[in-house]
Amino acid sequence: MTRLLLGLLALSLAGCDRTPAAKPVVVGSKKFTESIVLGEIAAGLMRPVVGNVRRDDLGGTPVCWVALTQGDIDIYPEYTGTITRQILQANPPDLDAALAVHGVKVSKSLGFRNNYALGMRKDVAAARGIRAVSDLKRHADLRCGFIHEFLDRPDGWPGLKAHYGLPQVNVQGMNHSLAYRAVVEKALDVTEVYTTDGEIAQYDLLVLDDDAKFFPSYEAVWLYRADLEARHPAAVAALKSLEGRVSEADMQRLNNRVQVEKASEPAVAQEFLAATLQLGDATAEPIGNATAEPSLLARVGRSTYEHLKLVVPSLLVAVLVSVPLGVFAARRPRIGRVVLLATGVLQTVPSLALLLFMIPVMKFLLGRGTGAPPAIAALFLYSLLPIVRNTVTGLQSIPESLRESADALGLSPWAALTRVELPLALPTIVAGIKTAAVINVGTATLGGFIGAGGYGRPILRGIDKLDIPLMLEGAIPAALLALAVEAFFEVVERVLAGRRS
Amino acid sequence: MFRLDGVAKFYAGKAALGPLTLTIPARQTTALIGPSGCGKSTLLRLLMGLITPDAGAVSFDGTPVTPDTARAMRQRIGFALQDGGLFPHLSGRGNVALMARYLGWPTPKIDARIDELTELVRLPRELLDRRPQQLSGGQRQRVSLMRALMLDPAALLLDEPLGALDPLVRVELQRDLRDIARRLEKTVVIVTHDLAEAVYFADRIVLLKDGLIVQDGPPADLWHRPADEFVTRFVQAQRGPQVPDAVPA
Repeated sequence: MTRLLLGLLALSLAGCDRTPAAKPVVVGSKKFTESIVLGEIAAGLMRPVVGNVRRDDLGGTPVCWVALTQGDIDIYPEYTGTITRQILQANPPDLDAALAVHGVKVSKSLGFRNNYALGMRKDVAAARGIRAVSDLKRHADLRCGFIHEFLDRPDGWPGLKAHYGLPQVNVQGMNHSLAYRAVVEKALDVTEVYTTDGEIAQYDLLVLDDDAKFFPSYEAVWLYRADLEARHPAAVAALKSLEGRVSEADMQRLNNRVQVEKASEPAVAQEFLAATLQLGDATAEPIGNATAEPSLLARVGRSTYEHLKLVVPSLLVAVLVSVPLGVFAARRPRIGRVVLLATGVLQTVPSLALLLFMIPVMKFLLGRGTGAPPAIAALFLYSLLPIVRNTVTGLQSIPESLRESADALGLSPWAALTRVELPLALPTIVAGIKTAAVINVGTATLGGFIGAGGYGRPILRGIDKLDIPLMLEGAIPAALLALAVEAFFEVVERVLAGRRS
Repeated sequence: MFRLDGVAKFYAGKAALGPLTLTIPARQTTALIGPSGCGKSTLLRLLMGLITPDAGAVSFDGTPVTPDTARAMRQRIGFALQDGGLFPHLSGRGNVALMARYLGWPTPKIDARIDELTELVRLPRELLDRRPQQLSGGQRQRVSLMRALMLDPAALLLDEPLGALDPLVRVELQRDLRDIARRLEKTVVIVTHDLAEAVYFADRIVLLKDGLIVQDGPPADLWHRPADEFVTRFVQAQRGPQVPDAVPA
């Protein structure tokens, strides 16, 4: 039974996102501007030599690393400090050997480093006489805001705090762009910055001196699968052609083009390849989507399609699983309580955690761990509770006299279920499906974190770039879709009610 | 037709019924009567195999009633309960035809049988397309009776079938129900708490108290040969209205 359901789930997931016959080279990147621009550059470098290149925006370092080692992606831009401190959590004498264990290779530096540092408004720092990180020890009341990854990483806040003995307790996790805004508006005093951020110059911030030498050096490099070299030696050669070619000033300018001037990342990457490296001129044409920006309508249409591809299969499979599960739970109250408890616990798992957990699970089941499958699997799990619970409630609220009548007529248990009990419970079950569908539409926006597309992509990119129109490009259709789903189910409910009154 | 042998049923460790032995002969109307909680409804459900006895055995037409045989047997027994027990998601016709459809009867046969029954229970034909909620209590009871009779069962078990009706409708339906029972020559078992109704219908009355049979025989015996003090009190409790003396003008 379980295996059948699992197979069904796998089948429906497989149907919605299959890679084309020839396995493309997949370029991953993390969800911040510099990583995305570098990802686009990598794709631009390899397209002339391998043709079939796909881009995949993933979440943070753990997602990219897992996706790389399990083969969902072939290459992504990384920083040396992150590799040693966060990924390997060791400082091996021979980095190449340490990575070879994982089937991964690393390029030489691309030419710039993007170090962590702490940033403050110059006037606020001057008023307190702060110049370096060690000066923070005397100001325990400073309000700090860091991205969640920095708060967790050993080479982030925990390490920094221990290394310097920092006393600050007012520390919150927030989005990088929002933290910049908050510092500028004096809602925060200190945030972490990346030394190539365009905002440092834009807002004229002070970068505190790392006087006790905590932050390692974060040289930008390509991390790629060792088997890529065997499959596409030309692609690796193309990637390596960038080694030492990108200066810190170059990177700051590219970041600025996206963050401040709101140019798209593919366009910025294209400009860079053409202008700075005299690359890509001849091959600019095939990369049509990078130069010609699709219209707003086309973009919304595409995210709607992607969003529905997450919502519809997950909801359908959830209905197919939950209704039988609910029937079973209603028939066997003791097991039923366990079922309801289990689906209830699933509901309390934070959605992002569930998404991340689904990556290795889906890799194991389907051979593809990023993109739509883990998002669909997570949405499926979230949809279970409302439908199971309403099925149980609907069946249990059938009056005893009707249940007895069905029994007394001589109907088999199956016939009593399909001809009497389920039709009677149908309005309640439909109400549960409606709840699940509306929640599903909202939660699917988180699919943007693992490259599943949908409305989450513009929302997350909009938050990251503090680009409100881009945010609304995802948020407004998401709200409208939720309303449409609600309206659709209300019509279904009315039709059902009409049939019985 | 039905036989109970030393049957007992316990609820929460207490005997709700029996042990009792009872035979219900074919083509007769038997009324089960007694105060609330005397076990009469439990007895009816034991006959249908809806509940299984904790001791003793029930048989129908010589076959023991067990969970394995009960379903096939129920298709030969019509059952109607208070307020009909009709399914609200089906029309009157849908309710009546449910079992026949389940058994795969051809539609013309179903329609012909429904026409026959509509006449028998004297229900205006157009009412059959309504949902139970849109029918009056008396109409619901007539549809319920049609549903019980649809498969032309050998026996008809009725649990307080007229309990929820107002007096005028009730009298009319009592008359129709008795005519039908006599005309069809079915084995009828009716549960009621109303002695007048029981006397009106039944060839034989079984009076129960605390799960045991107090008296079993023709209706007249209750008055002329009461088994004990309780029977006398039960009979006297169900007297007709006291008509006041006419006041002189």
